[in-house]
Amino acid sequence: MQDVNAETKLDGGAIISTLIGASIEIAVAVPDITTSAGLLWPLSRRSEIELVRVCKEDEGISICSALAYCNRRSVLLMQQTGLFDSLNAVRGIAVEYGQPVCMLVGLLGKEPGQPPHLSKKYSVNIVEPVLKAMAVDYVCIEDDDDIPLIKTAIDRAYETSRPVVGLFGRRIAP
Amino acid sequence: MMVRTEALAEIAKLRGEALVVAVYSAAFEWIGISPHPLNFLSVGAMGQASSSALGFAMGLPDRQIVVLDGDGSLLMNLGSLVTIAGVAPRNLIHFVFQNGCYEANGEHPIPGQKVVSFAGLARAAGYRTVAEYAEIADLQSGLPGLFQAPGPTFATLHVRPGVKPQLDYALVHGAAARARFQAGLADAMKTQGLKARGG
Repeated sequence: MQDVNAETKLDGGAIISTLIGASIEIAVAVPDITTSAGLLWPLSRRSEIELVRVCKEDEGISICSALAYCNRRSVLLMQQTGLFDSLNAVRGIAVEYGQPVCMLVGLLGKEPGQPPHLSKKYSVNIVEPVLKAMAVDYVCIEDDDDIPLIKTAIDRAYETSRPVVGLFGRRIAP
Repeated sequence: MMVRTEALAEIAKLRGEALVVAVYSAAFEWIGISPHPLNFLSVGAMGQASSSALGFAMGLPDRQIVVLDGDGSLLMNLGSLVTIAGVAPRNLIHFVFQNGCYEANGEHPIPGQKVVSFAGLARAAGYRTVAEYAEIADLQSGLPGLFQAPGPTFATLHVRPGVKPQLDYALVHGAAARARFQAGLADAMKTQGLKARGG
């Protein structure tokens, strides 16, 4: 199956700089092709942010929440399928407990330039409605101009002790 | 076979200033046996105790982290054994109380009740130290070594249910419990010279 995201790319270096600027110390991740080359592999080779590879996305929700209790900022990288798989942990740990769990989600299959909810792909177009139904804030990262929104969203999550999701709408380049 | 409260009492003697993550029936018994500001009961979703404990072990590398897990709970998050072994926190002790059933949900048997070996799974995943106890005397003699061994450490504790504790879920899921824990953690972090959240 052709991945329609493959044509255009976000600046992975700028995203990593933004995460460092947002005081992120630890990235917890399950590999996702949207973020793989431009974000996850570079993070694995750099020392500013510790990378923890987990088997399943809901582990990451708990790890990030516990780190937040300890005043250490982290992000969870995953694909939207992993977000769906971990919704009960998002519900209980992040939303009901009011924890600043910050999730960065690659939207596999989203058409470039198209808002996620208007995607023709079911697994993409239900992401925003699901997050809205769960009262989880999110930001869409579609172009490089959107990358600073990541820091704003992370800072707000920690200020308000609420979870937040950043939705990557294009593949990320190194 | 030992009763869970007997095993918890032995762990309580050695917990010191450890942060303890506890779930379900064990959690309700634990808070009576070892009341402490660093008892974390707000796991939030079944199976997540071990992952919460890993986060605490990473966030507080100079403090002992103990997780009191259930067999049904761990079955929901078996991958966490591999994740924990991969991160290899030396300050994490993972106890699993194996009673073979979902005690808080009608005592239905866990899958593989008669065949599963959690100690075997932990050993294969890569925990540094693995043990298994069914009798209280054996636990009493082995427990000090577990607390001194470099982690991650795992122990299956084969137990039979004792008197069922009162399951007051509002107590563990309520905002007041989390606020107490956060305040206790802040105090503990300050004594270690660490900057607490919001501090």
